[in-house]
Amino acid sequence: MLTRRTLIAAGLAGSSLSAFAQFRVEISGVGATQVPIAIPRFRDEDKAAQQVSAIVRADLERSGFFRPVEVNGTALDETAKPAMGEWRARSVDALAAGSVQRLADGRVDVRFKLWDVVKGSELGGQASAVDPADLRLAAHRIADYIYEKLTGDKGVFSTRIAYVTRGGGRYTLRVADADGEGGQVALNSPEPIISPAWSPDGRELAYVSFESQKAVIYAQDVMSGKRRPIANFRGSNSAPAWSPDGGTIAATLSREGGSQLFLMDRNGGNVRRLTSSSAIDTEPCFSPDGRTIYFVSDRGGGPQVYRVAAGGGGVERVTFAGSYNISPAISADGRTLAYVTRQGNSFKLQTLDLSTPGSQPTSLTDTSDDESPSFAPNGKLIIYATRAGGRDVLMTTTLDGRIKARLVSTTADVREPTWGPYGR
Amino acid sequence: MNTTSKTHLPKIALAAFAAAVLAGCSSVPLDENKGGAPVESRNTTGSGAGGASSGTAQSKVTPVDLSKTDNGAMGNLPRVVFFDFDSYVVKDEFRSTIEGNAKLLSADRKKKVTIEGHTDERGGREYNLALGQKRAEAVQKALALLGAGNEQMESVSFGKERPAVQGSDEAAWAKNRRAELVYR
Repeated sequence: MLTRRTLIAAGLAGSSLSAFAQFRVEISGVGATQVPIAIPRFRDEDKAAQQVSAIVRADLERSGFFRPVEVNGTALDETAKPAMGEWRARSVDALAAGSVQRLADGRVDVRFKLWDVVKGSELGGQASAVDPADLRLAAHRIADYIYEKLTGDKGVFSTRIAYVTRGGGRYTLRVADADGEGGQVALNSPEPIISPAWSPDGRELAYVSFESQKAVIYAQDVMSGKRRPIANFRGSNSAPAWSPDGGTIAATLSREGGSQLFLMDRNGGNVRRLTSSSAIDTEPCFSPDGRTIYFVSDRGGGPQVYRVAAGGGGVERVTFAGSYNISPAISADGRTLAYVTRQGNSFKLQTLDLSTPGSQPTSLTDTSDDESPSFAPNGKLIIYATRAGGRDVLMTTTLDGRIKARLVSTTADVREPTWGPYGR
Repeated sequence: MNTTSKTHLPKIALAAFAAAVLAGCSSVPLDENKGGAPVESRNTTGSGAGGASSGTAQSKVTPVDLSKTDNGAMGNLPRVVFFDFDSYVVKDEFRSTIEGNAKLLSADRKKKVTIEGHTDERGGREYNLALGQKRAEAVQKALALLGAGNEQMESVSFGKERPAVQGSDEAAWAKNRRAELVYR
């Protein structure tokens, strides 16, 4: 397997979004076909806080489906008429060029164009004026555009992730770009924070906070920081999960004894019980059509993944291999279940094809301390936490396990990643 | 002031203890130090909390933890129950702990206690949160059977988030699989 290391440029230091934890991205594995693409520096990007072309190159390289070709010294922008013959001679299949310009009102105008070098034609381009604080986002959107034009799949480079760090006796809930950069603190607490969950519109994070010496669910507006308690009933309140329409939250409550699943409105009202067992029922997860809720129950002895209709009713077991299966996540097309299985002393990320009854699970990793899988909104990547080199780290993997990217924090332990939706 | 009796130090005597240590510091004579050898001995027998023995390092400080309020009033009443792996059964060896706390609660109906359940570090966070909840509730049930009122008790869980002991061996794990009674 090829291993590449990409160091994200220190140009981040000038950004108002500078991360407390700097991530390096390590990639292992390559796609079946890699498109050689040239993305020279955007005209005047050196004058801006972000090196836009570097972010685009890193995004595309991390997907495993592109191989950026070195183009030092080339000066091109979106108005160029590139000599296709020259580029073909350099074994380049696609070319993107652009410019960055500061406008009088303080915004930044970012433009680019994409060419199919093999066919010798323009594929398209975009221009957008953004707040300087959104320059990283503009770069990610360019990477999404290129990715979609050349692979046919929707890119997730402009989505966000949330995760929890622990260090120095403090816990933080952070929001970062999908590449792990630009991390910002959403919540800073002396007590544990667990189980963050993005709302479907990407504006809020639900999470469990122990600040009042018990598990309480909050929802917090990411942009404003305003937060509201969702569930603070007697006992423990945890494992929040949003319905796809954002109107309902499923959670694990012990208010009636034990740990059982309940549904409530997004403001925490209209609480109704969903499961009734004398076992542990927890970790609810809505199917993409909102009609089914997957969850973990040990009603059969050890924890396994089950599912139940969101309106209540019969419970059906889903996982049968192994004696301990937890942390279910469902892909956007509803066909793949990701979860963590315990094998001996190891906890391993696995997937199960839900559309093929009786199929066997697939292991995706070589590590033995995997936790908290979460699908990217295009269903093609999974982010998870694991332990490597003595640290808690975040990883992404393709569904076949062949291409992995490691987001390595240089500071505190990172855990509990959750991938946000499209449409920031 | 040098005390020679080993006494169990009540929390309320913190100020007196501090004063005693400081007084002890000022009254110890330094040896003539011609050879540069470090001063070693002090008469500190029995002046530490819980009976620190002679030969203790000069820099030692014994902490007093005020974070669990009101527990000082409980005196010597044990307030922890430990559990076997994957289990929430209250073992017989903790019967006296349950009895003692049930007695305290049933004697004073205004007394309130939070029972905090914990697990060791192995396994998923949410599943362990639920396991810890089961441990707390098992203790609550045992207390209720011996006369404590349910309205006096709340069972909560920290899962694996708040270990009592760091470490990844059975010795540490055994000390983390617990339920603690915290009087409010």
